[in-house]
This record gives sequence, structure tokens and C-alpha cells, in this order.
Amino acid sequence: MTGLNIGILAVQGDVLENVIATKMSLDELGMDGVVNEVKTPEQINDLDGLIIPGGESTVIGTLSLVNGSLKKIKEKIANGMPVFGICAGLILLSKKAKDRVVGEMDQPLLDFLDVKIERNAFGRQRDSFESEISMEKIGIPKFRGVFIRAPSIMEAGKDVEVLSKFNEKIIAIKQGNIIGTSFHPELTGDLSLHKYFVNLIKKKN
Amino acid sequence: MIPLSGDLGETKGVVKEKIGTFSTTRGTSALKRGFAHMLKNGVVMDVTTVEQAQIAEDAGAVAVMVLDKLPADVRKAGGVARTASVRIIQEIMDSVTIPVMAKCRIGHVYEAMVLQETNVDMIDESEVLTPADEAHHIWKWDFTTPFVNGARNLGEALRRIEEGAAMIRTKGEPGTGNVAEAVIHIKNVNNELRRIKSIYDAGDEQDLVSVARELKVSYSIVKETASMGRLPVVNFAAGGISTPADAAYLMTLGCDGIFVGSGVFKSEDAKERAQAIVLATTFWEDPDKVKEAQKMIDERQSMLGLDTKNLELRMQERGSTA
Repeated sequence: MTGLNIGILAVQGDVLENVIATKMSLDELGMDGVVNEVKTPEQINDLDGLIIPGGESTVIGTLSLVNGSLKKIKEKIANGMPVFGICAGLILLSKKAKDRVVGEMDQPLLDFLDVKIERNAFGRQRDSFESEISMEKIGIPKFRGVFIRAPSIMEAGKDVEVLSKFNEKIIAIKQGNIIGTSFHPELTGDLSLHKYFVNLIKKKN
Repeated sequence: MIPLSGDLGETKGVVKEKIGTFSTTRGTSALKRGFAHMLKNGVVMDVTTVEQAQIAEDAGAVAVMVLDKLPADVRKAGGVARTASVRIIQEIMDSVTIPVMAKCRIGHVYEAMVLQETNVDMIDESEVLTPADEAHHIWKWDFTTPFVNGARNLGEALRRIEEGAAMIRTKGEPGTGNVAEAVIHIKNVNNELRRIKSIYDAGDEQDLVSVARELKVSYSIVKETASMGRLPVVNFAAGGISTPADAAYLMTLGCDGIFVGSGVFKSEDAKERAQAIVLATTFWEDPDKVKEAQKMIDERQSMLGLDTKNLELRMQERGSTA
């Protein structure tokens, strides 16, 4: 095996920080692999794992639909490729999303995670916050949660494992090889979640 | 990890509170600059009505900027340009899911406080409006809501960041439909970044101190910026962008994204043009895709535009010496 090929979906949003965090994770774990920004179906086709970063979910979804990468991502996930959705990425991976103020939306979604998402669940930017959270189930007892106009999970199906909650709101989940968080690990300098994801890809390959 | 050079840490804008069983902090630099990170590679569009905001959202805009008048109309109307009506900003906030920004006058602390209370996602302290205080920009550390500021060169950019700006954009020359000034401004910033990076790489601390004096900023922000070779915050292009090719060109110059002011809604094909500019910004590395985007618009429908050499009002000079 020649090492892992990990992609960061580079349509829009916080791409570079995820490239850096994933590269550092590979280094610290002593694993072989490459991390690339990916945009086209051809680039996505060769991946062992994908991160869909934070950004605006409507924009990332609409533009990935335009060039056919949304379809390719769907196909790859259906074949078991591990994927990590952060904030907007979590929204895109879900089956259903509605906005807290505007309500039901007609936006392109990947339709995998059996969850119902509330967009902007904590309010607007002024209400964005940091708080220490915990993901004991995956061996991360302490994590600096950076929530930026963050979504939350209102309902989760029976195959969805809840990894973390902020009061009553679900903020991190796992379903098969898919993980999703409301918050932004790439902004914190803490690599533990990126390392967990890299290990998930390693196990699958 | 987000660069935090120039961060003042605990300031008035930072709010600590308990939510349920959790201790939380709002208004930190990570949250303010992080918000700007989520806009990267996107297009922010100037809008004046709910209809325009919806067109922008459908076209794939990453945020909208609410104004009373588009910059081209501000130029035409003359008089004093102020922040937009709160009622219209609120209507727009209730009708789109993407972030909503609004402009306040340079130095007008209370317009900014009104916008913060209105709960806009970001405040643009903008030279498009008539400055309230040419000598002092707003001390943005006092706010929980993040700010974006215009800059024509590295000195202006770093001074605004030291005042608490979480994002920078070029000033360009707003409302002209002419991209020339935005090009000059981003090249200025890039050249100066290269210069201070090379001084840093040479280990010449004495020269870095003289740069700090020349730019009228602290030594520490110069040193950290020089070590990174880029601004410590997200940097967008703005001012005069009218076509997909304009947007793609500015992306090639190293901008993190695009603001479109009058370019979309002063054209005759706003809907198609909004989509085309988003496509060109996303796929700027692929000339064929930018061509396809350019094909979606009709040059005969572009706003006429102005030569930037003989303007009565040069908005970019507002607040530039402070």
C-alpha cells in the first residue's frame, strides 16, 4: 500500500486549515499519505477519505452539483469511503435541514446521515461561541469547541451514534464511516479529531 | 489553526456567560476571524432589497451586504451616505439563510452599535458611506460582532487589524465598475508582504522596526505578519468588480474571495451575472470554466462604468491616513 489519499473538498470555505490539520495528523501518527484540495469528480474518484469543510452549505452544495462532484461524493460514500463533515459539511451529509428562522429549505444535500439538522441553531454570528466539550466515546474527553453560526442535530435515527451534546443539543455524531460536527476543529490547533478521522480511513483501507 | 497576530485577547467585545451547564465565550478573535474563514472562496454581494438578497442567495453568494443605495448610486446622488434602514436589514435577515452584513460610516461608533444590536453577522466600516470621523476608525475590539475594513496597502490593512478588524478587503474605487484600483491595491499589499517577508527571512530586526514605524503599527504585528508572508486575517477583493473575468483575475492575485458592489445589480442581467461571478470565483483556476461563466453574461448589459482618473469623489482616500 502506497499511503492514504485524503481530500479536502475545496469548493468554498475553510479548506486550507483542514489541509494543514490533516497533514499534521498524518505526520504525528507516522502514517504515509497525501492530502489534497479536491474539486472535480476525477479527483474525488481516487480518494480514500474526504473532509467536507465549513463554509456556506448552500454554496458548497449548489456548486458541487454544477460540476458533478456531488454525485461522485455520493457514489464514493455509498461504497464505504469515510467522510468527515464539519459544520456546513455536516449539513450537506444529512437527509434533512431546516433553518431556525427561514424554515424548510430547498438546498442540495447528500442524503446520508439519518438526522434532522437545524441550521444556525444557536443564532447569528454575535451568538457564535467557544466552549469546552467532550467526546468520551471516541477517547477525546476534552475539546475546544468553536461554534460559528453553528447547526445542531434535532433528531437522530437509530443507527446514529451521538458523540457529544451541548446541553440538550446534539453537536457531534457518527454513522458508519461518517462523522459530523457542528464545531470547527481546524481552527483550534487540537488535532485529536483529525487524527481520529485519519485512523478511521486507515482502518477501512 | 487560525493566526492570531495582533490579537488583544480579553477586550470589551469578549463576553463570558454560562449556558446551561457550559461556560461559553463569545466575541473572541478565533470566532470573529473564523467567521471570515467560512466565507473564503466565496462572493459577497451588495443588495438594497429583499428581492436582490434572494437573487444573490440563489446565485450562490456566500453572504449579502445591505446598503441603502448601491455605491454607483451613492456616487450619483451625492449628499451624505449613511447606514441602511434597520427595517430593511431585518427583513433581509428574515428571508435568507446566508450571513447578512451591513455598512456603517467610518468612525461612526453608534451606527456600528445599532448594527450590532440589529444582529447583523458582520459590520463593514466602509468608505462608500460618508465618514463620521476621518481621524479615528472605530475601536472594533469593543464589539462582539466582527468587522471588515477596506485597505489600499499593507499599512492601512495592519492598522485596521490592530483596531480589531477580523477581515480586510481592498478598497478599489467603489461604484465605478472599474477594477483597476482594486488590482493596484491588492498588488500593493502583496508587494509589501513580499518585502517584509524577505526582511524577516534575512533576520534583520532593525529593518522590521523601521517598517513598523513607517506603517504606523506595532512591531509585534509586523513581525508576525512578516513571518507568515500573508495578512493574519482573510483578505477579499472589492471595488469595481463587474464581470466573471474580473472576479477570476483578482482570485489569481491571491485574494481569498470577492465583494461585488454595483457590478451585479447595476447591470441589466443581474440574475445571470450573479451566478456567473460565483462560478468564476469558485473555478478561477480553470480558464475554460471562467469562459463558460463569461458566456452567461452579455457585455452590452454591463454597467457603463467610470474612468477612475478624473473622479470628483475618490472614496478610497477616505480614512486612509488614519
